[in-house]
Amino acid sequence: MPGNSIRCLRLNSGQSTRSPRDASNRTFMTSEKIRQLQNTALHVREHIIRMSTDGGCFIGASLSCADLLVYLYSDILSISPSRLKDPSRDYLFLSKGHDVPALYGTLAELGYIEKSRLAHHLKTDDSIYWHPNRKVPGVEFHSGSLGHLLSVGIGVALDMKLRGGTNRVFVVLGDGELNEGSIWEGLLVAHSQRLDNLVAVVDRNHFQANMRTEELNPLEPLQAKFEAFGWRATRTDGHRFDALEDAFSHLPIEEDHPTVIIADTVRGKGLPSIEQRADRWFVNFTHDEVEMLLRELHGEGAAALASETLMVR
Amino acid sequence: MTVQHLTYERVLQTAAGMHDHLVVMTAENRVAIRNLPQVLGKRFIDVGIAEQTMVGAAAGLALRGRVPVVHALASFLTMRAFEFIRTDVGVANLPVKLVGGVPGFLSDANGPTHQAIEDIALMCGIPNVQVFSPADSQDLVIGLPTLLESPSPCYIRHNALPPCVTHSLSFTPGKAEVIAGGTDVAILVHGILLREVMKAKADLEGSGLSTRVVNMRMLKPVDEEEILHSAASTKLLVTVEDHFITGGLYSIACETLQRHRMNAHILPFALEQHWFQPALLEDVIVNEGFSGPQIAGHIRETLRQRS
Repeated sequence: MPGNSIRCLRLNSGQSTRSPRDASNRTFMTSEKIRQLQNTALHVREHIIRMSTDGGCFIGASLSCADLLVYLYSDILSISPSRLKDPSRDYLFLSKGHDVPALYGTLAELGYIEKSRLAHHLKTDDSIYWHPNRKVPGVEFHSGSLGHLLSVGIGVALDMKLRGGTNRVFVVLGDGELNEGSIWEGLLVAHSQRLDNLVAVVDRNHFQANMRTEELNPLEPLQAKFEAFGWRATRTDGHRFDALEDAFSHLPIEEDHPTVIIADTVRGKGLPSIEQRADRWFVNFTHDEVEMLLRELHGEGAAALASETLMVR
Repeated sequence: MTVQHLTYERVLQTAAGMHDHLVVMTAENRVAIRNLPQVLGKRFIDVGIAEQTMVGAAAGLALRGRVPVVHALASFLTMRAFEFIRTDVGVANLPVKLVGGVPGFLSDANGPTHQAIEDIALMCGIPNVQVFSPADSQDLVIGLPTLLESPSPCYIRHNALPPCVTHSLSFTPGKAEVIAGGTDVAILVHGILLREVMKAKADLEGSGLSTRVVNMRMLKPVDEEEILHSAASTKLLVTVEDHFITGGLYSIACETLQRHRMNAHILPFALEQHWFQPALLEDVIVNEGFSGPQIAGHIRETLRQRS
């Protein structure tokens, strides 16, 4: 596609570096690059776990999208801490705002905010709270009410088109969030407006607040639903960086069509003791449990969790 | 071109010609902007019947420096998309201009689904959002350019009725328009009922009652000074509006007086705990008791009971 080669040229001249391509023109990621991303993601998960005490956080959804956010900010988004106001930057909107610890951690690891700010989680002297807001550099818009930022992203993408820009909008959606009618309204409008600069990324962790998505309002076949709405869709492993690279290297999938990438993920990824647990969505662990979970994250044995499970929604 | 010949659409077109950042959006309501698609090209965005997406997208456009002027029927704009207005436009304090069609009695025979008679309360309740309820088409075009240039979000009750008075061309947000001075009764009104209030004034003056008439124009910011002056300089303060009594001009007048430790006898004309009987506009006005003679009659009765 002609649009694609222009995109690669622009990204190569920016701060992002693209992975090389093999003989079949597929991109591949060097093992060194993969290790680097995994290392960043590991640090982000440490930040998330440290935010899961003294009030707690939505840990399950944060851990599921940690790799996605690290990958997008490190490799895909044309943005950097020095270009936060640059109108030609790419935008990322975190529509499922309760997973913001993953974003805070990513912004801290990549130099958008001081790591020391994370110690102010839930404190009145900063704005590091349970949902994103623009007092945190790098956060493009507040969220928390599900089903909003696809439409806000549509507005930004419309303006980019009006200006003839080649920058793009990425909107991270939760799978539970797809229950909201406004999402499907937005899918119709993005298609009719031919927003091929808009990319929705679904963190398909298969859970919503209290249960598995398929036990409440079944979403599958999800890719077919998006395609029926005129979007071009692909599905990938949201925890493997080489798979993400494959999925995100060819945007848009087709000119004149918005793209959705469904990233299959695991709620609580990285902590086997809370993985895929409906009752470990929001947690408020003790300091000892946090230390045990940090060891568990590093493969040093399972944490013995005694804190009561919480139902907050 | 004089203000008498200007239409809402022409004013919007002129503003769009002067300001590249202005975009016009609609949720498939084109009656007031039917000629703009060909003039504005890609700066005219019709999202279809999708009020929530329109308002969210307007916030996104405003994030990028645009001033979106969005159109939908007032009830669906302010209620279906309320949380998008409150959360995306209000919290971020973005200069989105929300234009609601057929507000209040203007929905005439549509029925309660279309009756935006809580829109003022809802919009005034959102921090940063300005609220303009013009008396007629002329009042609307007088206020529009100023509000389009304001950095604040704004809700506008669209009104295409012919003018019933010659309006002051001077428009300042938060300043009411004093149509007539008077010392016995002061009638505060917003929107289409100014016409009935003018009839009531003629009626009252026929019976020797000196009547002050104030077209509030904006409910937020509201002209507090004028409310206080009207209350202090007359024997009876009257509020007239095609809106529920809760959260409209009556509530605002009461809050304003209380804030300034003033007391006054207020006679409200507003809808009390019911949706109005759908019918053609003129019949609705009479059926609900908002015609000039009905307003005058109630005022005379109230004054007689007090004396």
